[in-house]
Amino acid sequence: MSHLYEHLPALQVLVPLMAAPLCFLLRKEALVGAFTVAVSFVCLGISASLLGQVLDGHVIVYEFGGWPRPFGIEYRIDLLNAFVLLTVSALAAVVFVAGPGQARRAIPPGREYLFYSAALLCLTGLLGVTITGDVFNVFVFMEISSLSSYILISLGRERRALMAAYSYLIMGTIGATFLLIGIGLMYQMTGTLNMVDMAERLQHVNHTRTVLVALAFVVVGISTKLAVFPLHQWLPNAYSFAPPIVSAFLASTATKVAYYLLIRFCLGLFGLVFVFETVGIDTLLMPLSVLAMFVGSIAAIYQTDFKRLLAYSSIAQIGYMTLGLSLATEAGVAAGIVHLFNHALMKGALFLVAACVTWRVGGTKIGAMKGLGQRMPWTMAALVASGLAIIGVPGTVGFVSKWALVSAALEKDALGLAFLIMASSVLAVVYVWRLVEVAYFATPEGEIEKKDAPLRLLIPTWILAGASIWFGLFSSFPMRVSELAAAQIFRVGL
Amino acid sequence: MTIERLVDHLATHWNYLAVIVLMMSGLYIAISRGNLVKKIMGMNVFQASVILMYVSMGKIHGGTAPILVEGVPDVVYTNPVPHVLMLTAIVVGVASTALGLALVVRTKEAYGTVEEDEIVALDRADDEREMATERAERRAAGAGA
Amino acid sequence: MDAQTALVASLCLPVVGAIGVQALGRTAGENVRDAWTVLVGLATFGCVTQLVGPVMSGARPSLWLPHQMAGLGLGFEVEPLGLLFGLVASGLWILTSLYGFGYMRGHHEKNQTRFFTCFALAIAAALGIAFAGDLVTLFLFYEILTFSTFPLVTHAGTEAAVRAGRVYLGILVSTSVLFLLLAILWTASISPTLRFTPGGILDGHIDGDAARLLFLLFAYGVGKAALMPFHRWLPAAMVAPTPVSALLHAVAVVKAGVFTVLKVALYVFGIDFLAQGEVSTAVVWIAAITILAASIRALYLDNFKARLAYSTISQLSYIVLGAALATSAAAMGAGLHILMHALGKITLFFVAGAVYVVAHKTEVSQLDGLGRRMPFTFGAFCVASFSIIGLPPLGGAWSKWYLVSGAFDAGQTLMALVFMASSLLSIGYLMPIVVRAFFRPLPAGEEEGVREIPMLMLLPICATALGCLLIFFYADAAYRLLAPVVGLAG
Repeated sequence: MSHLYEHLPALQVLVPLMAAPLCFLLRKEALVGAFTVAVSFVCLGISASLLGQVLDGHVIVYEFGGWPRPFGIEYRIDLLNAFVLLTVSALAAVVFVAGPGQARRAIPPGREYLFYSAALLCLTGLLGVTITGDVFNVFVFMEISSLSSYILISLGRERRALMAAYSYLIMGTIGATFLLIGIGLMYQMTGTLNMVDMAERLQHVNHTRTVLVALAFVVVGISTKLAVFPLHQWLPNAYSFAPPIVSAFLASTATKVAYYLLIRFCLGLFGLVFVFETVGIDTLLMPLSVLAMFVGSIAAIYQTDFKRLLAYSSIAQIGYMTLGLSLATEAGVAAGIVHLFNHALMKGALFLVAACVTWRVGGTKIGAMKGLGQRMPWTMAALVASGLAIIGVPGTVGFVSKWALVSAALEKDALGLAFLIMASSVLAVVYVWRLVEVAYFATPEGEIEKKDAPLRLLIPTWILAGASIWFGLFSSFPMRVSELAAAQIFRVGL
Repeated sequence: MTIERLVDHLATHWNYLAVIVLMMSGLYIAISRGNLVKKIMGMNVFQASVILMYVSMGKIHGGTAPILVEGVPDVVYTNPVPHVLMLTAIVVGVASTALGLALVVRTKEAYGTVEEDEIVALDRADDEREMATERAERRAAGAGA
Repeated sequence: MDAQTALVASLCLPVVGAIGVQALGRTAGENVRDAWTVLVGLATFGCVTQLVGPVMSGARPSLWLPHQMAGLGLGFEVEPLGLLFGLVASGLWILTSLYGFGYMRGHHEKNQTRFFTCFALAIAAALGIAFAGDLVTLFLFYEILTFSTFPLVTHAGTEAAVRAGRVYLGILVSTSVLFLLLAILWTASISPTLRFTPGGILDGHIDGDAARLLFLLFAYGVGKAALMPFHRWLPAAMVAPTPVSALLHAVAVVKAGVFTVLKVALYVFGIDFLAQGEVSTAVVWIAAITILAASIRALYLDNFKARLAYSTISQLSYIVLGAALATSAAAMGAGLHILMHALGKITLFFVAGAVYVVAHKTEVSQLDGLGRRMPFTFGAFCVASFSIIGLPPLGGAWSKWYLVSGAFDAGQTLMALVFMASSLLSIGYLMPIVVRAFFRPLPAGEEEGVREIPMLMLLPICATALGCLLIFFYADAAYRLLAPVVGLAG
């Protein structure tokens, strides 16, 4: 058993990777579903155990096949990626409970196992990107997760899902290839792919133009995956036409992992001084983040589709995260990391609400949600709870994020920036309240029976909605871990 | 920079020139073409340029294939790592091409076309139809009330 | 019961009450449900009164939950000002409940269970604000109060109610997020603590224009204090059923706002710090303008409740002005005015609601002759009006006395004149109602059926009117309670 314990880092990725083809053997939907949930909970257990091991600040280095660096690939787990691993696997575990949801209609009967296997592969990729300490490995895992996410998105009910998946594929591949170019240039200058070695050697060559170009390619490549404004065009279509379960999964994991990568490359590999002082990336990232906050929120206000509204809200929320990074302080990065976790909870809950609505109503047009407050009381209560979190009402996770972010801004004496953050969250009030009004105050057309979503959907929805309140009231765990993780990456490096 | 130095530069770094030309033309095709299949072709050219970049940077002047031969000292080997990396990248590229093409096939089935502007027009027509029915319903509801 | 238990009980009881109302409303009949509300109200009030003795003797019962993150703890601490507000809110809750049963039944409102549930939650939030030990806790309950009153404002569910709800929520939430939260975060970034501390926590950490800006952020951030130009939510909220207007928009919600301003002035800035360096000058002027402008607006409004709403806006700024004048007497006046105005204004709203239920009148110009049909109701209205105007022997006289003398202490003769002028204006907008009701004849062809209102509604009206009178003679108790906080000899 202790032997197995040592190999937890490898198992974190191998378990879902091996499980994906096993889905083909099981075939039966109920079996595969239960199996996937079981696997994702095993992943959750592993990542929780990993986080427990690194909480004291030490770093787990796992050498594959016993090959030390720079020859072998190593997995490297510090607080930052252990926390992201936990977030990703927890969200996956909760969302997978819901099953394919209405994507079932797009899948020929008896082929559900393909959905599960794509979902598991996607999880594998995301966990792999997060856990690995090898830059080329990052690219490979990123492509694994991206390819399977294109498949998942294309399962949407409308035919537009196909085009959404296709555009994402083009944008995503270009983004990943940019990252690949950047990695190539970095390799050219350092002769290693291992993150630790690379970070060390980059310090000596970072005056060269090659490293500068590498930084540009890497940042643009990751930003495409992260949907940083204005590279966000793929996101609204992808999230609004994908099956809501898939949107819930991707919105709460994929962009989060990309954000992690941005932190890892900017602060860990290239280094704070080079990225923020020599190159001054914050002069670009900060205005873009603020623009994202406003453009995303304002666009969300005008949407007529619930999922599309959530997608635009995600763009705004990503702005909060990148704003935290662009402050280039420990507090700012900690705020970004804690928002990564918090946003995963609340946006996951909201997309699951969309899944419940789709299940009963058949679509997510806001006009079709009239009077749902009476018809689906539990679902709509979850909408209110997680909506309040998006607004940032005290007692919810959104408030914790905002508190951390604004404190970080004020620490840099950026009162104007703090005001902008507040102003953009007022916009969130508008778009969340539109939903609540429609659900509770509009009279539905025609009589439709009062019937809530099935428990299989409601339970995960309420786990996430409840968590977004719970961690708002008892925020010490995510807040402490984020602060420690930011401190580690600032003081120890990588 | 004088002409001679420029020529000199190009002559010694021609591989990068090729990479840049391929990269930019691939990117341009992927962005500007309306035909979904051509977009994928552009993407392939773009990816190919990266493969060329990696492979050419692993090449060492006078280097040979990195195969250890007993008793032959002082042999310069070409760096094998970029080649290996590119094997993976090629696999990834093939996979995304395959998936892209599969999506194109499904798109063709659903829309009857693979031209982006026609698909956009069809989508817009859908939207308008939907809005029209919605408006009609609202009017009917208003009349009923 | 020891003080800490009383504190916990008074915070939890309304929540228990809300749950009970939900449960009973579904299973038992409405009589059981309503009896339960009154019972919980009495128990809550009882618990709050248990706190008076210890606080009077100088104790500060407190309850701090374990800290969750730097500066972000939840905690409660009872101090005299909060206790006074708590007493007002929980005491008037009982009377409003009684009145509410009569009103809601007389008016055959739907969704009464939801109504009384949200009502209890709003009281819980108000008590949370009253007893909050630091700025974050206060902000938490401030927002809970906003959201729990939203269903009450939009109770009717009509298009107009939804639109008013939008204004209500829009102004209250956006000011609180934009200004108040920013102000709290700013305070957190410069001050070592966010706990309310007598004498303030900011002295020495901020000065000059930054301090002025911070105080302005606090004053405008508390949208519930209805400083112009962020006052529009209060008239908008008048679409709510009258018990809501009476308790929440004359007492709990608006008083929560001015209470917050006063508490920030006393416990975050400290009146000494406010007085030095003229930190509060801008707020003094804004409050003065609000007092006069709202009074003048009230003169021209024909809608009964809207007129009272603007009167409330004007009276709220008395308290803000009292806080901003930053003298002991003015702060005492502001504290007393929370109590005095609550008693007076709730009576006025009760009467407006009674007239609506019995005679279906909403406009001032329709009130001709009703006083003779409803002598007790309009008698109570007359008494409460005198209290609002500030005539002895009614409670309002005391608070106005201290406010005016506080203005003189601060050397702001002009502000003393503002108080005087506003008193004259309030005669102008309240007395015509009394005159119409008692001295004009009923219009010809008016139905004969209008009679005095049901006992369930009349009782609270008479009780609060009597309260206005009695408090004049027993104001000493409130004075002694508040004296140590504002720095006056007890």
